[in-house]
Amino acid sequence: MSENKIFSINGPVVTVRNATEFSMLEMVYVGNNKLMGEVIQISKDTTIIQVYESTTSTKVGEPVYSTGQPISVTLGPGILRNIYDGIGRPLKTIYETHGAFIASGIHIESLDPTLEWEVNFIRKVHDNVGFGDIVAKIQETDLIEHRIMVPKGFDGEIIELAPAGKYKIHDVIAKIKISTGEILEMTMVQKWPIKTPRPVSRRLPISIPLVTGQRVVDTLFPLAKGGTAGVPGGFGTGKTMMQHQLAKWCDADLIVYIGCGERGNEMTQALEEFSQLKDPKTNRPLTDRTVFIANTSNMPVAAREASIYTGLTIAEYYRDMGYHVAVMADSTSRWAEALREISGRLEEMPAEEGFPAYLPSRISQFYERAGYMETLNGQTGSVTIIGAVSPQGADFSEPVTQNTKRFVRCFWALDKQLAYARHYAAINWNLSYSEYIGDLEKWYNKNVDIRFLKNRRAIVKLLAEENKLMEIVKLIGSDVLPDDQRLVLETSRAIRVGFLQQNAFHKEDTFVPLAKQLRMMDVILYLYQKSLSAIHEGKAFSLIENTNIFEKVIKMKYEVPNDKLEMFDDYFTLIDETIYQIR
Amino acid sequence: MNLQYIGLNEISGPLVVLDNVEDVGYEEMVEIRLKNGTTRYGRAILISGKKVAIQVFEGTSGMSLTNTKTRFLGHPMQMALSKEILGRTFNGSGHEIDGLGPVFVDEYRDVNGEPLNPVSRVYPRNYIHTGISSIDALTTLIRGQKLPIFSGSGLPHNEIAVQIVKQAKIADQENRNFCIVFAALGVKNDVADYFRRSFEEAGVLEKVAMFLNLANDPIIERILTPRCALTAAEYLAYKHDMHVLVILTDMTSYCEALREFSSSKEEIPGRKGYPGYLYSDLASLYERAGIVRNAKGSVTQIPILTMPNDDITHPIPDLTGYITEGQIVLDRDLHQLGIYPPIGVLPSLSRLMKDGIGAGYTRGDHQALMNQLFASYAKVQDARSLASVIGEDELSDTDQNYIDFGRLFESNFISQGFEENRQIADTLDLGWSLLSLLPRDELDRTDEELLDQFYDHEKAEKFFAIKHKSIIRELDQQEDD
Repeated sequence: MSENKIFSINGPVVTVRNATEFSMLEMVYVGNNKLMGEVIQISKDTTIIQVYESTTSTKVGEPVYSTGQPISVTLGPGILRNIYDGIGRPLKTIYETHGAFIASGIHIESLDPTLEWEVNFIRKVHDNVGFGDIVAKIQETDLIEHRIMVPKGFDGEIIELAPAGKYKIHDVIAKIKISTGEILEMTMVQKWPIKTPRPVSRRLPISIPLVTGQRVVDTLFPLAKGGTAGVPGGFGTGKTMMQHQLAKWCDADLIVYIGCGERGNEMTQALEEFSQLKDPKTNRPLTDRTVFIANTSNMPVAAREASIYTGLTIAEYYRDMGYHVAVMADSTSRWAEALREISGRLEEMPAEEGFPAYLPSRISQFYERAGYMETLNGQTGSVTIIGAVSPQGADFSEPVTQNTKRFVRCFWALDKQLAYARHYAAINWNLSYSEYIGDLEKWYNKNVDIRFLKNRRAIVKLLAEENKLMEIVKLIGSDVLPDDQRLVLETSRAIRVGFLQQNAFHKEDTFVPLAKQLRMMDVILYLYQKSLSAIHEGKAFSLIENTNIFEKVIKMKYEVPNDKLEMFDDYFTLIDETIYQIR
Repeated sequence: MNLQYIGLNEISGPLVVLDNVEDVGYEEMVEIRLKNGTTRYGRAILISGKKVAIQVFEGTSGMSLTNTKTRFLGHPMQMALSKEILGRTFNGSGHEIDGLGPVFVDEYRDVNGEPLNPVSRVYPRNYIHTGISSIDALTTLIRGQKLPIFSGSGLPHNEIAVQIVKQAKIADQENRNFCIVFAALGVKNDVADYFRRSFEEAGVLEKVAMFLNLANDPIIERILTPRCALTAAEYLAYKHDMHVLVILTDMTSYCEALREFSSSKEEIPGRKGYPGYLYSDLASLYERAGIVRNAKGSVTQIPILTMPNDDITHPIPDLTGYITEGQIVLDRDLHQLGIYPPIGVLPSLSRLMKDGIGAGYTRGDHQALMNQLFASYAKVQDARSLASVIGEDELSDTDQNYIDFGRLFESNFISQGFEENRQIADTLDLGWSLLSLLPRDELDRTDEELLDQFYDHEKAEKFFAIKHKSIIRELDQQEDD
């Protein structure tokens, strides 16, 4: 086989002449160092390979080895708490064996083959099992139970089952006789090609929100489990901060955090922070439910493209066990740029801004892997994708943002002005939207309160009105407005500063349950109603303003702890008294 | 391996092509001897069959298809390193040019470096005192951070960099582990000279390794300059446990060199003609800042770039901002008002500061003060834009208040002398007294507790000796009565 030799090298792109046995998207090993690569183009006389590692010092004439397999990720117990690079190599192990820097040509198994896991079988000998059926359970971390599923092509009858006990991942735990009569040995690991979505039995309608505890998200622009969200923002607008907050607090069972072409220090920070933070429900470190994929911006660019798919495949694997998984991809723009870079090296005809013409189809394929699904084994699980977008020059008309907008249903536009004023989360309420409100209405009405969406509508209306009034204020100042309009401005300020703005470093304010969000809206709207009727009775707005009642309401987010919601009752009394006194 | 190839097949811009070559590694170093006795270096950047394209660092002028002898050196671009590089001056490709003879070699390192494993990084937390209020309080510099200065032509970015170097206690005799790596990328001779003189005045010249690629030096060498400088910095930090401050100026010239080279390779251009891989290329430089586990040293970067036409959305500042951990933006309007350092506070940011400030690092109230100063100063901008339409006299009292606050903030907090080294406690106290000029209700980002401790309106008014227009107006009214 080794008659395939490198013919040319141009950065991460390597070509082989006159080879016929390679297939598209096949994984190959390139050169004497056995660098990992993928076949991306085949013609009669030339095969083009993109190499996932640095090709420095590789020579023309070195061999290229075929593997006959597409690029795959290894799935099995031990994925959680780990951090992988874009092609699924465990970075912790690499650090232990190879030191601080990542050299080329390192080959290390993704999962630790020496660890022993306590396996509990839930199927019996002579059971008929199919692809995706759960055979055994392992407590992978304190938070997550790993369910060992039958790999693809293993449909048949269990004819032998190992006794319950401790096993390593490569130990045979079952023997299955498939329809051809062949007997296959099943271990705890399986491989799955990263660019192929894992099959499900069917897609279910979206109906449950992903509760994040971030008020502007949960109230104004909610995201559903199985949904997709795009977070575009220029640098310094808090994309990463937002992704970290969501990863910490959202109510998914499992988080796959993909750092794609971003800063190394950010990954380090996430690793450190997540191992110190406790899950509020179980008091275990958040790393117990988190997988990190890190392709920092100085790692090879071709692996950047793979990192997104590696993360998604891991997410789908856990979804198939019946979990709700949230995927944070930070940032998809770097992934798109990796596509552009490779495309440029292939001398393909560029479309907009040098991006390849297939950019929209790649983006849509990526986001379409999200969904609320019934899995092959009859459970429900979901993959939610939250993709950060880093538009060049904070210009939302650039191709990645525009194409993302077409394929996500929730759009959180981050705003530079808000970020400059240190308004977290800097989501611009005039540009953002969520298409999930209709799908989630039932859930909110049933599980929170029928007032929730009503309040939401009232708040959206006030903010829209403020937006219109601000145009006048910018020209002539707010003093000349009639009292009811000044009330709208002041109430909107209370909404913006007291409700939408959130302090991620404040222990009560960093995560706010839906019940508290509801009560906060109640208070603000009650104040609005009361003031409005006072104004209609002829009271001057400045009198209300001078009582400082708005300032008090704005500070309620810090004053009322998350578990003492009855304290909100005092605010209603306070408002009544204040308004009464000025009469 | 030591085959010599006589002659060339093609010369095009900084590239030469050689045919019938065997056994060449990608990015391998090449030595080219000219008939006139000079030696140039290059590296293989494209290999196709037996054809090799070589990028010549010193440029191709004077080369012909026949007057060269080419030899492949069998290794990628390396740099000779030892602790003695401190106090020395090198050209862009790491060869000494100060006439003191070659450096005694302790180790050769590949200048491209290898990607740092994120697991092996230590999250930077140690704050570096710079003595500049607007940096210390609002965009704190952290050891191991990469914090660029976004500037424009004619703005005093070099002075600020020098002031940081001087006041960051690098000159302190007790801190023997501090050193500076300075890389001049296509800057004018005067600028390089200014830095050298300033280092000399600060008494740190023997702790500086200088890499000079001046404006009239070849552009290919400019592409290598930061790589050599950072390789030296990594060597000093991780082998000799030193805290290295790297100053790269001017990154804009570097990116332009990259664009020039890319177009000579006939690559498909991205935005504004810059190559599509500009982000990856810049990241491979900036990401070399940091702290590594089990090493006592650190690499801190202050890249300086001049924004073409002061445009922050230009690809160079834009991509830089996406990679670096914040930015210090200089503001031409402040500069024209005579304020030094003219740091535009609102667009400036330090991403790492939140974990490097507060109790134990600076002071417990730092975070709250910073948030409040940003929020209040943002409102100053609103008040100003309103005033520019309706005139300052028509503003409400609160807006008037903000205008006054903004003016004093700029003239007392942002502005300071080139030699002035403010202690962090003084800076924070100054911030609180400025905030105390505003009505207490306006400070909505702080706890009541902190306000009780630090808010003192009367003292602040006395301190800044202001007579509010409202007071004057009241007096006027009384007189009228």
